[in-house]
Parts: sequence; structure tokens; C-alpha cells
Amino acid sequence: MTEARSQTLWRRFLEHRLAVASALLLALFALLALAAPLVEASMGIDARQVDLFNRFAAPDAQHPLGTDEAGRDLLLRLLYGGQVSLFVGLVTALASAAIGTAIGLAAGYHGGRLDRFLMRFTDGVIALPLLPLLIILAAVDLHKLPLPADWVRSESVNLYRIVVIIALVGWTTVARLVRGATLSARTREYVRAAQALGAEPLRIMLRHILPNIASPIVVATTLSAGAIILLESVLSFLGLGIQPPVPSWGNMLTNAQELIYASPRLATYPGLLIFLTVIAFNLLGDGLQDALDPRARATRLR
Amino acid sequence: MSRFLSTRLVESLAVLALMSFIIYGLIGLMPGDPIDVMIASNPKLTAADAKVLRAIYGLDRPIIDRYLEWLGASLRGDFGYSRSFHRPVFDILGPRLLNTVLLLGSSSLLAILIAIPLGMWAALRAHGLFDEAINLLCFAGVSVPSFWLALVLILVFAVGLGWLPAGGMGPVDGGGLLAHLRYMILPVTSLTIASLASFTRFMRASMLDALRQDYVRTARAKGASPQRVVLGHALRNAMLPVVTIIALDFGALFSGALVTETMFAYLGMGKMIYDAIIGNDFNLALVGLLFATLVVLVGNFFADVGYVALDPRVSFRSLEEQR
Repeated sequence: MTEARSQTLWRRFLEHRLAVASALLLALFALLALAAPLVEASMGIDARQVDLFNRFAAPDAQHPLGTDEAGRDLLLRLLYGGQVSLFVGLVTALASAAIGTAIGLAAGYHGGRLDRFLMRFTDGVIALPLLPLLIILAAVDLHKLPLPADWVRSESVNLYRIVVIIALVGWTTVARLVRGATLSARTREYVRAAQALGAEPLRIMLRHILPNIASPIVVATTLSAGAIILLESVLSFLGLGIQPPVPSWGNMLTNAQELIYASPRLATYPGLLIFLTVIAFNLLGDGLQDALDPRARATRLR
Repeated sequence: MSRFLSTRLVESLAVLALMSFIIYGLIGLMPGDPIDVMIASNPKLTAADAKVLRAIYGLDRPIIDRYLEWLGASLRGDFGYSRSFHRPVFDILGPRLLNTVLLLGSSSLLAILIAIPLGMWAALRAHGLFDEAINLLCFAGVSVPSFWLALVLILVFAVGLGWLPAGGMGPVDGGGLLAHLRYMILPVTSLTIASLASFTRFMRASMLDALRQDYVRTARAKGASPQRVVLGHALRNAMLPVVTIIALDFGALFSGALVTETMFAYLGMGKMIYDAIIGNDFNLALVGLLFATLVVLVGNFFADVGYVALDPRVSFRSLEEQR
């Protein structure tokens, strides 16, 4: 990318004040979440320490946001929960984008029967009732699958399970976008030239086509990160995603509904953080679209 | 036309058949098959007994055999019994479906009735203050977790103000129609807000697009009044893609219903499926999920058909070439 072009992009992005604010907010959340162990050390309390004599404590000097139903510090749980929610959102969005790009490139570049088959398959996945399917996938007993038993019992397995099952159904938007962009890129001179020079299809797809269709992929990935954080929070809320004691913003709300009379505070903060994170991803995606792909603005949503 | 429709029909049936196999297989992988439940309720059962029981019930046979047998029975109209309700699956499905249709129907209608004027207004004043405010609200609407929105509504209207019930279907002693309607207010509000934002964005984009078209310029040039241009020409055409998108969005609507029904203890299909999965009620979960898939596929099918029926420029032939 030439310097002048990147400067133009940067200027167009900065003009989008909401997107800039969103990027800063997301960076702040990420930093705070990463700094959770430091905050924990400086506060001198253990985030997992259950203290049943100190349940639903109001905010004070020791617990800036008070404590939850098991007497754990709410602020620390929110920070650790943020690590999980942001990790799941980003990693799953990248995994979905990778799957979608591979399928879209293959379908768009080769065309013909492969294209028809892959796009019918994509339509089929889009037609599925997403949430019920995710609930079943999340309820699958991993002990019944041929997987290493130690791994199945480890605490982090829920984290990867969520990433895998959401990525399995989340790639469709990127696949359609990439397929469309590849179809039009395939007829361009630079692709023809590479073909004439005898470059292999894989090399043409990755070295020549992919860099030229990167913009819509970046935009779609940003938008999908927000949607995935929402999905993760719903699944964890329903008790099928991240399992306690590992906190995520979604599973912190699971008990909140029953405890809504005892402590409305517990129901407020995690939901507010999910909301702010998701809206920031959406506004950021919108701003990136304006900067990277201004033509798409006029035609999208048709 | 008939060729397009029949290919679509065959494809939809193929998706449904594939889904039934996938769901059947996945449900078998959930913890707690019928024998596990027997063992949990009777500690005297030995591992050998469990093995015999599995053989008696045919649970040791390959999954493909069991699936084909289930499929045969289903095609004859026998969907089995619900384990938790002790009744045929369809006896439970019927009333639940009616409740969900009521909930989704009223909230979608409400959302459409609000979204169309709102989106139209925003498009007519594009990039003005009102438009920007609506735009930001729409971003907020698509970003708010639906279960948390329900939680906040309960917090404000049931816990704080005490105006409305926090959940359930109606008063225990029966009560009149009005008493039941009170129980619908919060679930319907919560679902309406959830779909309102995306509907408004579609409507705004569609209206902006319509206002740029030649027929709008022609109508203006002919001297038609601004109201007539907007309401008679642009609005009519702008509503078309919006209706299609809403029909295509049925899967998302259904996911929303699952969350909302669970939050408000509303006895619909969504809550039924969730409870069936959590409670190991395999037959009910299987049939509920397949039914949901079927509804989504039918929705997509009619979206295509409706699109062609409403827009004279689109023919089945052109749709076929597009694909």
C-alpha cells in the first residue's frame, strides 16, 4: 500500500469520531482485562476467594464495586470475565474469517460445480435456526467423543469448545463476501497475468487475490466479533457456554436473574460491559467500512 | 417458474433431511441417555444390567440404523413420547407453537409498524440530527444482549415499579383476557426492541435507495406533490425488500423468542426446546428443533416467492441465473 493511500485511509477513519472513540474504548477494555492479575495483586485479594459472610456487600474501599452472591470481588470478576469474553470474541471472529475466506476463495476462483456446491452448503448453514443448534452443540458430552480424557476434564476446554462451535456456523457472511469479491477479481488483468506466467492457483488466490479483497474481510470480521461476543454471552447465560468458576460476562448474569431482588447491581454491570463492547465493535466496523470500502456504503443492505 | 420452485423445494427438503440426521446424532452425544437416567434413579443397577438394558432398547446398535428406524416411524406420523410430560410429542408442541406465534406475531407487527415510519423519516432527513440520533439508537438496539434487555425490563417494571408481572403466562386463578395480556407486555416489548433496530436500518437504507430511482424523479417532474411522491411512489417500492428481509430473518426471530421465552417463563416453542435439551427429553427436543428448522426453511422459501410476486422486475428466471 502506498503511503498516500494509507494516509487517506487513516484520515477518513479519523473523521469517523464514533469509530475512533470505539477503538479507544476497546483498547482500554483489553488493557484493563489483561491487567487483571496486576489489579488483583495490588488490591491484595484473591478473585476466586469465596467469602460467605460478606455476600452482596455494598461498594467500599476494599471492594470498589462490592461483592457478588458468593462474596467474591465484583470488579476483579468483571476484569477476568472480560479476558474470557474478549478472547472468545476475537479468536472466534478470526477463525470464522479464516474458514469463510478459504471457502469463499475456493468457490469464487474455481467456479462451476464446486462453487454451486459450496454456496448451496452456505445457504443451508444460513437457513439453520442458529441458537437452538448452538445449544445442542454446547450440550454435547465430550466424554462420548474420542478425545483425550485429561483434555476434556481441563478447565479451558469450555473456552475452546465455544470458539469451535461458533466458528462452525459463523463463517457464512465472510464466505459469501469473499466469493463475490473473488468472482470479480478473477477476471482482472493482474490475475490473468499471473495465470499466463504459470502461477499455481493457490499462489494466485493467496498472493494476488486475497490482498485485493482484504477490506471487506476486515470489516466483516470486526462486525462479527461483536455478534460473537453477544452469542457467547447468551450461551454462557443459559449455562451452556463458559462454565463457573471461570467468569465470563454472560455467566455472571446467570444467577443475577434469581438474585434480582437481592442485588440489582449484579445484573447491571456485566450486561452493561457486554453492551458497550458490542456497540464499540459495531461502530468500529462501520467506521472501517467508510474508510476502507466507501463504495460499499451506497450498495450494501440492498 | 415451476423449475425454480421445484429446485428450491428439493433443496429445502435436502437441508431438512440432513439437519434431522445431524440433530439426531448430536442429541445422542448429549449427557444422560435413557439408561443413564435409569441408573441415576436406581443405584442397584450394575454395569452388566445397563448393558442388557441398552441391548433391549436397541441403544447398542449403530447410529445409522437407529436413525433410519426413527425416520421410518416419523414418516408414519409416530414421533414418540415426551419423557418429561409423558404424552405424545405433538400434544405438547401444538399449544406451545400457538403461544410462540402469538408472541412473535405481535412483536414483529409492532416492530414493523414502528420501523417503517421511523426508517422513512430518517431517510427523508438523511444525515440530519434526527437521522444521526436514530442511527445511534439502532446501533444500540442491535448491540444490546437480548437477555440483559429482558433483565433490565424486569428490574424496572416488575421489581422497581411493580407495574407488571416478572414472568409467567397468567394469574393462577385464571383471570380474564386482560389479566393474560398484562403478562404479555414485557415479553412483547423485549422482542419488539430486539427486532426494531435492524428493521429500521433496513427500511432507511431501502427508502434512501428508492428515493434515488428514476421513477421518483419522473414523479417529481410530473409535478406530483411531495407527499404523493414519498408515500405513493417511494414508500411502496421501499417496503418490498424490507418485507423480504423480515421473512428471511425468521431464524434470528426464533432465536430471539427462545431467549425471551426463557427469561419470562413464557410457555412457547423456544422455552420448550431449551427445557427439553436441558432436561434430556430427547424426542421433544428433536421434534422441536426439526420443526424450527422447517419453519425457517418455509420462511426462506416464501421470501423468494414473495419477492418475485411483489416485484415485477424480478422473475424466477433471473433469480435462477443469479444463483
